[in-house]
Amino acid sequence: MADTTHGTGGLTFDKSKRAWPNEINVFGALVLIVLIFEGLGFALMGQSFLFDSNGRFDSIFNEQRLRIIILQVAIIGIIAIGSTQVIILGGIDLSPGSIVGVTAMVAMSFAQVAEVNGYPNPKALFGPAFMDLPVIVPIVVAILCGLAAGLVNGLLIAYTRIPPFIATLGMMVAARGAAKWWSKGQPISFPTDSYAAIGAGMKPVIWFVLLAILFHFILKFTIYGKHTYAIGSNEDAARMSGISVDRHKVLVYTIAGILAAFAAVVLSSKNLTAQAGMGVMYELDAIAMTVIGGVSLSGGRGSIVGTVLGALIFGVIISGFTFLRLDAYYQEMVKGVIIVGAVVLDQWRQRRSAARM
Amino acid sequence: MSDIILETRDLTKHYGGVHALEGANFTLRKGEHVAIMGDNGAGKSTFVRQITGVEQRTRGEVIFDGKPVNFAGPLDAREAGIETVFQTLALADALDVPDNLFLGREKTKFDWLGPFRILDYKSMRNDTLAALTKTGVKIPNIRNTIQNMSGGQRQCVAIARTATFHSKLTIMDEPTAALGVQETAQVENIIRTLKEQGEPLILISHNMRQVFDLVDRIVVFRRGRICANLRKEDTDGQDVVAYITGAKTQPEYADAA
Repeated sequence: MADTTHGTGGLTFDKSKRAWPNEINVFGALVLIVLIFEGLGFALMGQSFLFDSNGRFDSIFNEQRLRIIILQVAIIGIIAIGSTQVIILGGIDLSPGSIVGVTAMVAMSFAQVAEVNGYPNPKALFGPAFMDLPVIVPIVVAILCGLAAGLVNGLLIAYTRIPPFIATLGMMVAARGAAKWWSKGQPISFPTDSYAAIGAGMKPVIWFVLLAILFHFILKFTIYGKHTYAIGSNEDAARMSGISVDRHKVLVYTIAGILAAFAAVVLSSKNLTAQAGMGVMYELDAIAMTVIGGVSLSGGRGSIVGTVLGALIFGVIISGFTFLRLDAYYQEMVKGVIIVGAVVLDQWRQRRSAARM
Repeated sequence: MSDIILETRDLTKHYGGVHALEGANFTLRKGEHVAIMGDNGAGKSTFVRQITGVEQRTRGEVIFDGKPVNFAGPLDAREAGIETVFQTLALADALDVPDNLFLGREKTKFDWLGPFRILDYKSMRNDTLAALTKTGVKIPNIRNTIQNMSGGQRQCVAIARTATFHSKLTIMDEPTAALGVQETAQVENIIRTLKEQGEPLILISHNMRQVFDLVDRIVVFRRGRICANLRKEDTDGQDVVAYITGAKTQPEYADAA
């Protein structure tokens, strides 16, 4: 990793002594990991990892692999945008995976077609189903779902003062239960064409990028963002300075819930089906992306840019292992090592920056 | 309209059975700098916490700027014009100097956006530079985050914050307790600047030299009560120590002993 020992020097203003943005380190790690896979690719497989080495594509890149890398992280990436804000706030959110599950079920049942191949939709008999509604209805229902779950998280954390870990763990278990209860454990399929279009093809990537840009702007340039960093950095100071800390927490967890719900819409639309087991472990992958992206679990530091880079590192690793035809078991083991490694590096960097003073 | 900015009458705070503050009668005139001294646990910080609304008093009255006040919290006190530099610095480590100066009262544009209104970074930066110039605080790079600054620089930021907003009363709770010689001098310079500008100040300090250098009057607390109210000209270090330790008590506070 790159060196970050730039800090305040003497009593002179020196632009070159400005702190090195952490995102550059994360980007460096991304490049490094890509290079490792390139090297292993040439050594073991005799071909390039990201570049077009056998003329299958019109460009110099292996477009198919690039597409897969971003597509497979886009939906969890949408969740990670919410997790980033929660973690910068100094909290943690374990519920988005389950919120994805319940929201996908509910939204899907509001997006049903009346006729499947000329026959009536079987869901009309067995499960909760609302036929041929305009696409805005399932989207609004989904967002209300996520809003409600996030609001409950936020209210519990802000006003009962229980740790975010416990509050969102409760939501994680309860929302998963609600997902199973909604259709008595049955999957729901057969969405309308307009609903299926939301997450078709590369659309998840477009949603991810748009939301990342939007929330990057919000975190950097709005009072919402400033207060999120302030609370994560020093909650007592924020309170003493007159920031309505409790109200702000509710807002951040609610937004995280809404983002999880939107991820559920995109996911169920992409898969053309919703099951109660959807999104299991997504919250942990999302947290891993943010942590790899340099968002500090102790709060106050990190950015959406970092999380996007963290998501890309995630995607590169998964694709890289598939490329090397290694078992998925290794993937998960290495993922675990990288998550822990990222936090160790972060702590080490923080200690060193504290020692400089 | 009198020239008294702050008056407390019979200000009292009990924590359960502990009488941390008992019947404090205190006045501060406009433009006056007063030091509060006393041993640890004498009630100095408790006294400040009742005035600034951090805690709710058990009994008594606080009259600020001619009106009886009842602050529900520190924010109320600040809105009324009382700025406090707390013993534990109320700064956000991960933010830079303008962010901390304007913490909780950021300048914004497009206010119809509610919680998503846009920060006016440029204006806050300009105001920060103006405030640092006004207070004579030297900070190499205001874009640096607080965690990269020395203790003195942090303290200066905290004090510059109070000086930026034209407070009617500034309270500092041991502002130099953790600082080195040079840093202490810088903080003391800021306090002198406030004095020149006629801004009243309550300074809690253990540093006798500092107190005699900076203030007009010394109020001594002992075991939760005020035991002396001394004009700087009428006293010296030994005398003050005698009051702090309990060797002497002014006759009008005799019931405190």
